[in-house]
Amino acid sequence: MTSLGSYLHRHPRLRLAGLLSAPLLWLVVAYLGALAVLLVSAFWTVNGFTGGVVRRFSLQNFRTLLAEEVYRAVTLRSIGVAAAVTVLCVVLAVPMAFFMAKVASARARHALVIAILTPLWASYLVKAYAWRILLANGGPIDTLLGGPGHGPGYGLPATVIVLSYLWLPYMILPIYAGLERLPDSLLEASADLGARAGRTFRAVVLPMLVPSIFAGSIFTFSLSLGDYIAVQIVGGKTQLIGNLVYANIGAANNLPFAAAIATVPVVIMVIYLFAVRRSGALEEL
Amino acid sequence: MRHNGRWRTAILAAGVLTLAACGGGADKGGGSGPGGLTVPKIDKLASLGAGEGSVNIVSWAGYVEDGTTDKAVDWVTPFEKETGCQVNNKVAATSDEMVTLMKTGEYDVVSASGDASLRLIYGGDVAPVNTSLLSSYQDVFDGLKNKVWNSVDGVAYGLPHGRGANVLMYRKDTVNPPPTSWAAVFDPNSPYKGKITAYDSPIYIADAALYLMKTKPDLGIKNPYALDDKQFEAAVSLLKEQNKAIGEYWSDYTKEVQAFKAGNSVLGTSWQVIVNLAQADKAPVDAVLPTEGATGWSDTWMISSKAKHPNCGYLWMNYIVSPKANAQVAEWFGEAPSNRLACEQTAAKDHCKTFHADDESYLDQVWYWTTPLARCVDGRTDVTCKDYAAWTQAWTTIKG
Repeated sequence: MTSLGSYLHRHPRLRLAGLLSAPLLWLVVAYLGALAVLLVSAFWTVNGFTGGVVRRFSLQNFRTLLAEEVYRAVTLRSIGVAAAVTVLCVVLAVPMAFFMAKVASARARHALVIAILTPLWASYLVKAYAWRILLANGGPIDTLLGGPGHGPGYGLPATVIVLSYLWLPYMILPIYAGLERLPDSLLEASADLGARAGRTFRAVVLPMLVPSIFAGSIFTFSLSLGDYIAVQIVGGKTQLIGNLVYANIGAANNLPFAAAIATVPVVIMVIYLFAVRRSGALEEL
Repeated sequence: MRHNGRWRTAILAAGVLTLAACGGGADKGGGSGPGGLTVPKIDKLASLGAGEGSVNIVSWAGYVEDGTTDKAVDWVTPFEKETGCQVNNKVAATSDEMVTLMKTGEYDVVSASGDASLRLIYGGDVAPVNTSLLSSYQDVFDGLKNKVWNSVDGVAYGLPHGRGANVLMYRKDTVNPPPTSWAAVFDPNSPYKGKITAYDSPIYIADAALYLMKTKPDLGIKNPYALDDKQFEAAVSLLKEQNKAIGEYWSDYTKEVQAFKAGNSVLGTSWQVIVNLAQADKAPVDAVLPTEGATGWSDTWMISSKAKHPNCGYLWMNYIVSPKANAQVAEWFGEAPSNRLACEQTAAKDHCKTFHADDESYLDQVWYWTTPLARCVDGRTDVTCKDYAAWTQAWTTIKG
């Protein structure tokens, strides 16, 4: 044992290799490998009847994806939903996080962090079905808004609401962490110089929060872009990219085409990450 | 410099070779399209031997119950005691999952619906059955034997299990007068716009085709699962029109019950079991078999061509379609049993009446789910029909 230990001590590179090989293997094989397989199989096709995969290079899937209008419409709709969810989450999360980090007492702060994390322990499905009942015709939300049919019902708005609810903690936490790092003295200095609360928020807090907000938006945007369950439960007849992937794996057994569709959110996310990288959001994660 | 160039060439060559190997090798599913398909020749079991001690099953939820879901619902334990075959069950959620699972060769028997059975037969995944080894077969309703979804050229590929029709369900308090025709769900200007529901599967295209078959005879549709280009186009555009009036599509039956109870949906296609559950839940709903007839589902127990436990597989198929077990499954799942003697064994005496098990005039109007093939299933040879892959792609377009 000692000889091995001293041998490793003398060879730091070997030590590093031993330490990192397992996680690296996992990253390369299970993670990047899966992505590579996804990309490769997107160029295959399926025998329409027996369901066997035809392993021959073909651009047919991508041609269908580009030529059929429905895929463009669904992609745009999915981006719209992801963007709306992200905006809604920011609007809700910033005041909430500000209250937690700067206003609430230490005890209340802990209670609030726990309160925000607790919903994450409940099953996703339970929460989505609970919203289905809340949004039902004549359900609690309808009653609140003045009777059956007055609420949003099932559909695109319901999907945005439910996804915002589901991903809100992922937005609050990075913003809260960002605000905790913001020194109170800056707020005091701003007040001393005569700025009102609104001005302080716009000129001091918000610029420093932008990286945190972008960091949170990476979660809310990517999670919304890939979701297909909530929209099935409360989305009425709406379909998003995730539904198309799911339908092509489940109903159609067309794995190659599902892979081709799945490259769409991957591309969108890569573009999005490149865009937010400049804000320094990636350092906030 | 020269070195670099050589390396590049070598890597390029290696890449090309790999691609070529990929392209030339493992090409299992390619070759002739569905048009020129023949059924792989597979022998049926000649005689029944002793059980192998276990049997691996792929089934719909609720078909293989051993008392874990509900203590009182158990027909697996008596089978295991009687035959010594230990049952290992795998529940599949869709017909396509069933096809995928059966392709692994790990499973002995499957409860395949009509939109999976032909794919299994032509894929060589299931074997024809020797009906003389299955005593339950003689008591199966004649209306279920040798149908296009469970046989090819008169050779039976399974033991019919049970069937049901997709009915038109509506809320009695809102839909007035009660609908008698599928026209109610295909009217884009319906007064119930936004509260109409439809089944979320490509196979639902057949519902539109059935409606067109009766209302637009000049399209010449003879079978809603055999649609040529023009007929398919008509069905798809009908469904695109319908989409404007749809509130939601359903595939999860609990979701449908809840939607009708709350009133989010007031009119749309449904199953008898959903009607019963909704009524038990005090939802004011009723259902009719519309004048045009309806699509439906008919499940068949099939045996794998690679079965490792063929004897236990046969014992299971024979047992699950025997009067007592068939009655138990039919009642638990909510469908019409396939065994005519099962009607006397049900706990609710009017079960067969509720589900129209022996009502051939009712069931004659039912077009059971069948896999659409390029070689038209209605026997036409002068045209090619749209196959299931085309149906799936169209379904995405319909939902928009």
